Amino acid sequence: MAENVADSIREPERASTKRLLIPLAIFVVLVAFLLIGLTRDPREVPSPLIGKQAPAFTLKQLHDPAKTLGPADLKGQVWLLNVWASWCVSCREEHPLLIELGKTKVVPIVGLNYKDEPAAGMRWLTENGDPYNTSVVDRDGRVGIDWGVYGVPETFVVDKTGAIRYKQIGPITLEALQTKILPLVRELQKS
Amino acid sequence: MKRLLLVLIVVAIALSPILLLAVAVPTEKDPVAAARAVALSEKLRCLVCQNQTIADSNAELAADLRRQIHEQIAAGKSDKEIVDYMVARYGDFVLYQPPVKSTTLLLWAGPALLVLVGFIVLARTVRARRARPATPEMSAEERERAARLLRGDTAKDAS
Repeated sequence: MAENVADSIREPERASTKRLLIPLAIFVVLVAFLLIGLTRDPREVPSPLIGKQAPAFTLKQLHDPAKTLGPADLKGQVWLLNVWASWCVSCREEHPLLIELGKTKVVPIVGLNYKDEPAAGMRWLTENGDPYNTSVVDRDGRVGIDWGVYGVPETFVVDKTGAIRYKQIGPITLEALQTKILPLVRELQKS
Repeated sequence: MKRLLLVLIVVAIALSPILLLAVAVPTEKDPVAAARAVALSEKLRCLVCQNQTIADSNAELAADLRRQIHEQIAAGKSDKEIVDYMVARYGDFVLYQPPVKSTTLLLWAGPALLVLVGFIVLARTVRARRARPATPEMSAEERERAARLLRGDTAKDAS
């Protein structure tokens, strides 16, 4: 009889402890979401251009303004478009990697000199080294807009059919080069 | 003759700011187009400083995109065409008001869903409180035992 009474007292208590755990559970779920959020970079906006044809352009070459270059001239090969400028600070960060990549001659690199003075751009390349097969001049940034450029440096991988397959926002890192860009380039070159 | 020349020079200097102003405001000639451009640039997000519209932002990209809007309006493009142009290049993220899609459904339905859950919890709590009697009922045996405990007679209760 006495046990019965004890049970009837404990029963609602147990229910209320369960209810107390609900906010804790919600909190844990919230923290999990926030932690995942911390690992992501809000500046990296996925490009809608991935898988689509690279926007066409015909731009003057930086070192030889009499000549032009555009994606149409590069059809049939895998190539990289690297958006750079002499005023761009983080371009210096990735530049040594680009120089190394340029030396290997694995893949042609086209530089898009974005919103820059051609003279300043050329001086920058003499000072820091020129990893580009060709650089073209996008003086007013119109081609940059077509390619969805919003933060220099940016690097695009274009396949043999002229479609954009990958976009690196911000400086190329050794990790991105080794785990993403180079494997993708090799795979695309085989196909 | 010299005096006349002097007067001419003074007048030219006095007028020059007005002449400059007239050159600097070509888009304001058409107030409708200007209003459209402002309305459009307030709907689009600047990707450099992500919490500003391209109307608010001083970033170079925002200025370039505003120029694009002006040029496209001048070229006779509709608002939808201009917005589509931006979305094609920068994705749905440029829109301050994201479109309703399968991927954004939770975003749009989220607040309503939360209100719904809130109402359900409220209704259940109220019902449970109503169902519970104000003072818990005691059986005759429990009353007897309570009375015994109050008298200080604990010997029989030890179990």
